[in-house]
Amino acid sequence: MSVLSPEPVAEEKSQRRFPPVAEVGIAALALVVIGGIYIASYAPRRPPVGIPIVLLIAGGVLLVASVVMVARTSDLAWDKFFLVGRWTLLAYVISAGLIEFVFVRNHTRGEPLLVLTLMLVLFALDVPLIISFTVARYQSVRRDAD
Amino acid sequence: MTDTRAVAIPAGAEVSTGAPPRPVIQIVPLKGLPIVAAFVGFLIASVGFNWKWGLDFNHVVGGGLWTAIDLFVGLVVGPILGRLSIPARAEFSARFMPKMVLIMPTLVAMTLASGFQLALDVGNLKPSSPNHAWLIVSFVVVGVMATIALGILEPANIAVLFEMKKPQPNGDVIGKLMKRFIYTAGITGLMQVATLIIMTRIATQ
Repeated sequence: MSVLSPEPVAEEKSQRRFPPVAEVGIAALALVVIGGIYIASYAPRRPPVGIPIVLLIAGGVLLVASVVMVARTSDLAWDKFFLVGRWTLLAYVISAGLIEFVFVRNHTRGEPLLVLTLMLVLFALDVPLIISFTVARYQSVRRDAD
Repeated sequence: MTDTRAVAIPAGAEVSTGAPPRPVIQIVPLKGLPIVAAFVGFLIASVGFNWKWGLDFNHVVGGGLWTAIDLFVGLVVGPILGRLSIPARAEFSARFMPKMVLIMPTLVAMTLASGFQLALDVGNLKPSSPNHAWLIVSFVVVGVMATIALGILEPANIAVLFEMKKPQPNGDVIGKLMKRFIYTAGITGLMQVATLIIMTRIATQ
């Protein structure tokens, strides 16, 4: 059976060290944004997908790196991480769906649509990860009693 | 989205010290969700049916408010807040920031979704259009603002709200997070001014 520890003091929280999850996540977000701008700038023509695919892969690698860093973090407030994560995920899935709708409505098809969809998936996972990690890192950690 | 940039509380300050009873903080104001849903529904209908007035409404109203709120909060409200007492700042932030959690993403969605479709409909995105280059620049401007807003400001905004919900918020944590708003205010302000120039330019070519 586990019990909750008392709220750690502020000093302890500020001294905890965390991996650069948010920073790497922002880099992934920037790559997706650049890829999105590249595709959008060709509308209504069919964009070449080489550069967006490179940006997508690089963004995906950074997102995976962020997830691995989060998973290896031991003293994160996981309850808050998942609480914030699921609601922001819902919000950003809706947001990404809206963007996808606009592109589909405006005749984006085939490979560009696939690349764009994958970019939006990355976007919808990355932003909630950044937000939930930023919230959780400043929250008190629930610890099991010895 | 520079909605809350200047409500910083100095490091080390205890928010609750000497303060009047703090308002209960609801991070996402649930009462506002139906209004957001109505605007998003209107946006989807406008895009789906290619409703010219609806697209124009969403783009002009959403974009105008987005830019105006960003600049007004950053240049007018922010400096005033910076001179208020810490309890006053904390109380204002507790009431102000949750509303911005709903307002700003809604305005951004309205502006961008309708703007892209309008640009296609009007022909501004065609390479032969004199506005094509201006639109690409506006995409870059929006891209910079989106990266700052989604990657830096919104996480800080929500983390501050979580901190302020605590019985004894930590001023160090709030101060550290709020510094992000100050650091990015200049970039966002510059981008919004650029948006005003680009959009008025496009409308008159």
